[in-house]
Amino acid sequence: MLQVENVTMSFDGFMAVDGANLTVEKGEIVAVIGPNGAGKTTLFNLISGQLRPDSGKVRFKGEEITGLPAYEICRKGISRSFQIVNIFPRLTVFENVEVSVLSQQKRSLSLVPSIRKRTIGDTKKILSSVGLADKSDRISGLLSHGDQKLLEFAVALASRPELLILDEPTAGMSPEETQVAMELIRQLSLNLGLTILFCEHDMDLVFSISQRIMVMRHGKSIIQGDPEVVRNNQEVQEAYLGGSE
Amino acid sequence: MNQRVILRSLPILIVLFLMPLIAPRFYVYTLASIFVMGLLTMSLNLALGYGGLYQLHHAVFYGIGAYTIALIFSKTHLPVWIGFVAGPVAAAILSLLMGLICIRLSRLYFGMLQISLGSLVWAIAVKWYTFTGGDNGIHGIPVPGILSSINGAYYFILIVAAFCVLAMYLIVKSPFGATLQAVRDNPARSEAIGVNVAKHQLAGLVLAGFFSGIAGDLFVVLEGSVYPDLMFWTLSLEIMIMCLLGGMYTFMGPVLGAAIILVLRISVGSLTEYWTFVMGIVLMLLIFFLPQGVLGYIEERWKTRGTGLMKKGLSNVTG
Repeated sequence: MLQVENVTMSFDGFMAVDGANLTVEKGEIVAVIGPNGAGKTTLFNLISGQLRPDSGKVRFKGEEITGLPAYEICRKGISRSFQIVNIFPRLTVFENVEVSVLSQQKRSLSLVPSIRKRTIGDTKKILSSVGLADKSDRISGLLSHGDQKLLEFAVALASRPELLILDEPTAGMSPEETQVAMELIRQLSLNLGLTILFCEHDMDLVFSISQRIMVMRHGKSIIQGDPEVVRNNQEVQEAYLGGSE
Repeated sequence: MNQRVILRSLPILIVLFLMPLIAPRFYVYTLASIFVMGLLTMSLNLALGYGGLYQLHHAVFYGIGAYTIALIFSKTHLPVWIGFVAGPVAAAILSLLMGLICIRLSRLYFGMLQISLGSLVWAIAVKWYTFTGGDNGIHGIPVPGILSSINGAYYFILIVAAFCVLAMYLIVKSPFGATLQAVRDNPARSEAIGVNVAKHQLAGLVLAGFFSGIAGDLFVVLEGSVYPDLMFWTLSLEIMIMCLLGGMYTFMGPVLGAAIILVLRISVGSLTEYWTFVMGIVLMLLIFFLPQGVLGYIEERWKTRGTGLMKKGLSNVTG
C-alpha cells in the first residue's frame, strides 16, 4: 500500500534521513523504531507531506505522492497524528473534530451555517470512539495532556484515512492512558481494517501490537521484518545497546 | 441558536431605530460614525481575529471602497446602485491581488509587505491630483437626495451595517468560518487534515476586504467626502487597537472597541487637545488588566460563572 524508496532529507548538511526504505501492506500494523534522532519523525513528515524529500520516492496505492502538499496527501487517504500535541487550542473538542470531518467531506469552503448540522453525527461517533464524547464542549487547549493526545487521534481519524500514521502516540501518557490508547489502536485495526504505521519508544508495546517492525539508525533503515526476526538481528541489538560506532 | 441571537439583538436595533427621534443631531451623527467604524473594525477582525492574519494595513481597502464610490458619484452619471456595488467589489479585488502577493509570507512578514503595498496605493491617491484630487481628496460628493439628510444617512447606515453584521455572523458560524478559525489556531495541522490553508486565508482576506469596502460606501454617505487619510497607515493602526480593545476573539468586540475610542476622542477631545494621552493610558491599563479585550473579559466572566476552575485557564489560552 505504501512504498518508501531511498528517501533522503538533509537539514543544513545534516542527513536526518539518509536512504530510508519502508513498505506497508494493507491492513498491517507496522512500527518504526530506533534511537532518538534516528530520523523517525522526519521520515513520517516526508511521507505525509510536511516536508519534501531531497531525493527518493514515496508511493501510495501505486501512485507517486512524493513532494505533494500535505493537504493533498491527506485527501488521498493518509492521515497522521503528531508527537507533540498538535490541535486547535481555541476551538472546543467538538469543533476540533468537526473541522476535520468538514474537510474530509469537502465542505470546508461552504458559507452555509446549516451545513454543519450534517456533520454532527459523524463527529459524535468519532468522539465517542476515542472516549471524549462527554468533553465535547470543553476548550481543547484546556484538556489534560492524555485527553489532548486522544483528541489528536480523533482529529486524524476524522479524515477517514486508509493509512493512519501515529508519531509516538503514547508519548507523555500515564501507564493507564497508554493502555487505553493501545487498546484503541488495536480496535481501529481490527474493526475498521485500518492500516497503521507508528513509531514508539516503549518496546513492550511495539512488540505486542505490531505485525512488522522497521528499524532506523542514523537516518538509514537497517531492517524491516517480523518482530522475531528484528529482535534477533545483530545490527538492531548494536543500535540499541550502543555497540560499535 | 441563530434565531435566539437575532431575537436578542432586536431590542438594541429598535432602540437604535428610535434614536433620531429623541436624540440631538450631534448624537445621531456620532452613532452613525460608530456604525461605520464598527463595521470597518469587524471586517478587519474577520482577517485578524478569525483568520489569524496580520492584516496590518486594512484601511487601504476601506479607502479604496470610499474612493471608488466617490469617483463614480462625482465623475460619472452611472446609476447610484453601481456606485454602491463598485466600492466593496473594488476593495475585494484589491484584497485578492494584495493577498495573492502577501500570502506567501507568514505572520509579521505578511503584515509588513501589506503595509508596503498599501502605502503604495496611498501614495497614488495622494499624488494623482487630476484623478483623485491629491491630498485635498474629493469633497461635495453628490449623494442621492434621500441620503443627504443626517437622518436619512443614519437609517441607511444602520440598516446596511446591521445586514453586514448578520452576514458576517453567518460566515463566522459557517463551515468556512469554523475552518478559518482552525487555520488561525494551527495552520500546519489544518494542512494535515486536508485543508488548503492558502485558499482559506485568501477567501478570508477577500471577505474582509469586501466588508471594509461597504464601510467605505457608508463613510461617503455620511461625510460626502473622501481624502487620502482614509487609507493612511495610522488609521489601520487605530482600527487594530479598536479590535484589541474590544476583544479580537469575540464577535461584537471590535464594535465595542470602536465605540469606546470614538466616544473617548469626542468627550476627552472637547476638554483637551492631548486626548491621545488619555487614550495611551487607557491602552496601557487594557494591556495589563484586560489582555483579552473588554468584551472578551465580559464573555469570559459570563461563561465561567460558577466554574471558577476554567477562568484562569481560558485566559492562558487566549493570552
